[in-house]
Amino acid sequence: MVLATAAAPAYAFIAYVSNEKSNTVSVIDTDSWTVTKTIKVGQRPRGIDFTRDGKFVMVAVGDDDTIQVIDAKTQSVVDSLPSGPDPELFAQDAAGKILYVANENDNTVTVIDLEKRARIGDIQVGVEPEGMTISPDGKTLINTSETTNMAHFIDTASRQIVANVLVDARPRFAEFKHDSSEVWVSSEIGGTVSIIDPKKREVIGKVTFEIPGLRKEAIQPVGIGMTKDDKTAFIALGPANRIAVVDVATRKVTKYLLVGQRVWHVAFTPDEKYLLTTNGVSNDVSVIDVAAQKVIKTIQVGELPWGVTIAP
Amino acid sequence: MSSITTRDAPRGFSVQEYLTCLTGIVWREGLRFLHQRERFVSALVRPLVWLFIFAAGFRQVLGISIIPPYETYILYEVYIAPGLMAMIQLFNGMQSSLSMVYDREMGNMRTLLVSPLPRGFLLFCKLLAGTAVSLLQVYAFLLIAWLWDITPPAPGYLTVLPALILSGLMLGSLGMLISSGIKQLENFAGVMNFVIFPMFFASSALYPLWRVQEGSPYLYYLCEANPFTHAVELIRFALYGQINWISLGVVASCTIVFMVGAILAYDPSRGLARRGPAGGEG
Repeated sequence: MVLATAAAPAYAFIAYVSNEKSNTVSVIDTDSWTVTKTIKVGQRPRGIDFTRDGKFVMVAVGDDDTIQVIDAKTQSVVDSLPSGPDPELFAQDAAGKILYVANENDNTVTVIDLEKRARIGDIQVGVEPEGMTISPDGKTLINTSETTNMAHFIDTASRQIVANVLVDARPRFAEFKHDSSEVWVSSEIGGTVSIIDPKKREVIGKVTFEIPGLRKEAIQPVGIGMTKDDKTAFIALGPANRIAVVDVATRKVTKYLLVGQRVWHVAFTPDEKYLLTTNGVSNDVSVIDVAAQKVIKTIQVGELPWGVTIAP
Repeated sequence: MSSITTRDAPRGFSVQEYLTCLTGIVWREGLRFLHQRERFVSALVRPLVWLFIFAAGFRQVLGISIIPPYETYILYEVYIAPGLMAMIQLFNGMQSSLSMVYDREMGNMRTLLVSPLPRGFLLFCKLLAGTAVSLLQVYAFLLIAWLWDITPPAPGYLTVLPALILSGLMLGSLGMLISSGIKQLENFAGVMNFVIFPMFFASSALYPLWRVQEGSPYLYYLCEANPFTHAVELIRFALYGQINWISLGVVASCTIVFMVGAILAYDPSRGLARRGPAGGEG
């Protein structure tokens, strides 16, 4: 029985990668690790995510000031959602009904009703909003603003900012631990990941990085992926061309994995066997074996790959 | 050994007798290697110096291009590991040839060459013995490299074995061919300068050939023609469970050419007899 399970091939998933410069989305089959289709989308696609039901892929096309909707079955653009100007990243609530979009250019977060596909509100935040995450209970939305260097805590019911937490320079991405006990915020210029206690709303620790032979400025943490058991975090370090493997309990880096150039965002396959990373400058996606903590493959995609999402 | 050498030479030999001879020679070479601890240590220190010191300085140099058999970006130390494995075999090949010069000077060679078994077979056994020793060195190196986080896929440790045997035979027979032309032990330094260093540096052991091509197309052709390059590539691909057919072809043909050359050169009626007094008595 054990042998049979071990010998069984991994279930294949479909990954979607947004290519910021070539204005396309690359579709990757995680069984053969090949690009099976390239979908033409709007200009400057960045933030990308599946709807909770797995039927559609939403991609923020910043220069077209909208979010396009790709039908996962036909793999073609079927609709668009009304965001503000220059949408970059977005987050949806647990039920998949409400979408919060960070609009980089007008310092707002747009609230969209996904069922009606209509805009239902705006929230004023700091300058250049980007990182977006929702607490597992759906009550708190966290937005990071790149220029204000803050993580804004937004109450989703009242849609008001309830707290601002100062972090290191240019916060890019925020991620909740699955047990809600901590929020991790990456600071691109600061070169750190700030760990915030969401109850006290203050920074309680920091993850720092050091790679021998690399200048400190080359280490620019952006994307964060945390395993479901909250034990291990994988942090993309931009031009350091590395993914840092961090032990969540001790907040220490245990390993650096070499991937392609300027690695930006990461996504797990649903079984958490693999982690995909988007390498912007080398135009490829690296695949990490999560258990072995080894990079096993790198796949060419379009120009300047930015975000990645995998079908649930 | 002595039981074979003192007996009258019959017309044919049984497989058993061939095997006795083979194990005798391999055993002696193995014992000699194990008794010379310094040799074992120095055989390991050489590649480890390259790995720990040289590669450390170039760590970031190569993380820019994916070349087969690799499927992703690799650190420089991962790249040079197969080259260093081949280097171990290159030095070992030369060292066994050195030991043959020594044996010839000391007279041990005569004991070997008066054996009634065909000379070609004796020399082949000697080659196999040298290759077996190089395998011990290479696997010891791989173990240390593994601790240094150079971790090829697990089956690679097995699939690399045939490649190592073939490349070991090629480099050993090359050493044997060269040693047949060396009269004295002191000339070995010349072998270092004229054979080992050019072979090692003008190969894909330290830099991928596309990088060499950027620098000088002529050097690139030289590297392509260097059998050592193909030994390195054969090992590199085999370590990742793949076969580089061109390298396999080159290494196999070179092995045959060098081996036949070495056997002919050691034939007392052809080469050795006219070369020196030690071999001339055979």
